[in-house]
Amino acid sequence: MENSPIITIENLIKKFPMGKGDFTALRGINLTFTVGEFAGLIGPSGSGKTTLLNIVGSLDVPSSGKTIVLGKSVGSLSAKEAAGLRKTSLGFIFQSYNLLAVHTVFENVEFPLLLLNYSSSERKKMVMDSLEWVGLTDKVKSKPPQLSGGECQRVAIARAMVKKPSIVLADEPTANLDAANSHHILKTMETLNRELKTTFIFATHDDKVISYLRRKIFLLDGKIDHEEIKPN
Amino acid sequence: MKLAIKLAIRNLIGAGLRTWLNVIVLSFSFVIIIFMKGILIGWDHQAKTDMTNYEIGGGQYWQNNYDPLDPFTLTDSHAAVPDAVKDEIAAGEMEPFLIVPGTIYPQGRLQSIVIKGINPHQKLFLLPTNRLDTVTGAIPAIIGSAMVKSLKASVGDQFTIRWRDKNGTFDADEIVICGIFSSNVPNIEAGQIYIPLEKLQSMMLMPGEATILTFRDSEKTRPSFDGWTLKTRSELTASVDNMIKTKTVGQTILYAILLLLAMLAIFDTQVLSIFRRQKEIGTYVALGYTRREVVGLFTVEGTMHAILAAFVSAAYGIPFLAWMAKNGWEMPIDTSEFGMAIAQTLYPVYSLGLIIGTVLILTTVTAVVSYWPSRRIAKMNPTEALRGKLQ
Repeated sequence: MENSPIITIENLIKKFPMGKGDFTALRGINLTFTVGEFAGLIGPSGSGKTTLLNIVGSLDVPSSGKTIVLGKSVGSLSAKEAAGLRKTSLGFIFQSYNLLAVHTVFENVEFPLLLLNYSSSERKKMVMDSLEWVGLTDKVKSKPPQLSGGECQRVAIARAMVKKPSIVLADEPTANLDAANSHHILKTMETLNRELKTTFIFATHDDKVISYLRRKIFLLDGKIDHEEIKPN
Repeated sequence: MKLAIKLAIRNLIGAGLRTWLNVIVLSFSFVIIIFMKGILIGWDHQAKTDMTNYEIGGGQYWQNNYDPLDPFTLTDSHAAVPDAVKDEIAAGEMEPFLIVPGTIYPQGRLQSIVIKGINPHQKLFLLPTNRLDTVTGAIPAIIGSAMVKSLKASVGDQFTIRWRDKNGTFDADEIVICGIFSSNVPNIEAGQIYIPLEKLQSMMLMPGEATILTFRDSEKTRPSFDGWTLKTRSELTASVDNMIKTKTVGQTILYAILLLLAMLAIFDTQVLSIFRRQKEIGTYVALGYTRREVVGLFTVEGTMHAILAAFVSAAYGIPFLAWMAKNGWEMPIDTSEFGMAIAQTLYPVYSLGLIIGTVLILTTVTAVVSYWPSRRIAKMNPTEALRGKLQ
């Protein structure tokens, strides 16, 4: 199972309208990710890593080419089907955490489970388990504005992991964190990846993140420049 | 839907003061609209009840020439009471009025009046006509409080009264005020003096004649009589209905302004929310909501303002409205000069239909106003929303 492809990308092109013409963000990407990978899309700003992550996350659609995520072609999914895929199988971690500011830590982590119609007792157990993974069980009643940046990102990780998704997509997860917090977060994600076999794909240009990645895909101007695989 | 409601409640509570300001403004609309409508219903109820009790009973027969708006018709507005109704009159179920023009001279001044002859033993109206059943040297009379003001008179005062009988001969006598009444019905007070019917008939040389026959039972089918026109209770209260209708139009404009203010607050909040909460919208989409579901969430959130407002309104509105229903709304100026059947204190009447209707209308309007700006979310690009980029 570990080597079975979970994401297949074939000749992916993404264009955005710009002025009278188009801006091509991705130029013929071909990639495959397998179950349990801890991979990263690495490149400078404008290299297309976030665009690629958004397409894999079914938040955007390709202009041409194929992106198959968990057996579903992202380009041909209806809005409802794409939402269904995100709801059940994908977890997101964002640079600026994107927590719901007026909700408590517990409510933020509980949110994906509400969408999946878990019962109240199941939700409570899963949320507490998830918060235990990230070491925030003492902050359940706090609200995001009361937390530090590192704690906020740990809540975001707990929210992404609570439903045990097949894939977690993390866009610059350490960009707003200091070195100590970054390492703490990355260690947490690495542990979750090893224990739960969740596939993690990062978009980053942070050296701290890069040092943890087992697979590094370097993007430049919308193309794959080269790949590096860390020996076990 | 259940989830949207749950999230909307969390978001509204989380938004704190902003939510409560909107809710309080909206709750004012609930309470004021229900109160003002209640006042109109109460006024309508009071006006019709007072008119029934003091003026029109269950309906009337008018002598064909009688036109209350044209005093010149009064001289010829009299005819013999039809034989067919005499039993009803004897039973106290119908009362004849003779109405003629006259003049009085209070403190040496001349004042044109209408003299009304009424049976002192009648039980159909709440007028204190028993005061007319007395023996005095002058003609006993009762007058309304509006007339008291214009005459500056009080019980026991005497005036000269002059009239012109059936044959056109002028005659005069003294009247003495035996009683004063207050009715809230200016039609029966202003410029009018009530004296015993038989006395007036003899003064006018019109024995057994009347101008108006008022009956008690409005349900009974009434025959028509030659020389008399039947006026049903609803025809006689049509003026009140028209007045209420006119007032309703005026009040509807007030409601519209109130509603507009409340809706502006909701609309503003929704527009502001959509701009300020782009990242949140993007997050909802990333976590598995469709954009339509986010539109639904924001619409529910806006609509919840109306539901919360209904609860807040209930908290302070029920005691306030109940207190007003008990103590009434005192008119700031003397209503006897308004020329319409309006009491000095109006007691609002609230029906279940009024309350449910107002809540439903306000909630529906709030839902529409909430949905309108929220539609914009459906056009948003979630990847840009996630970054909080204004679209």
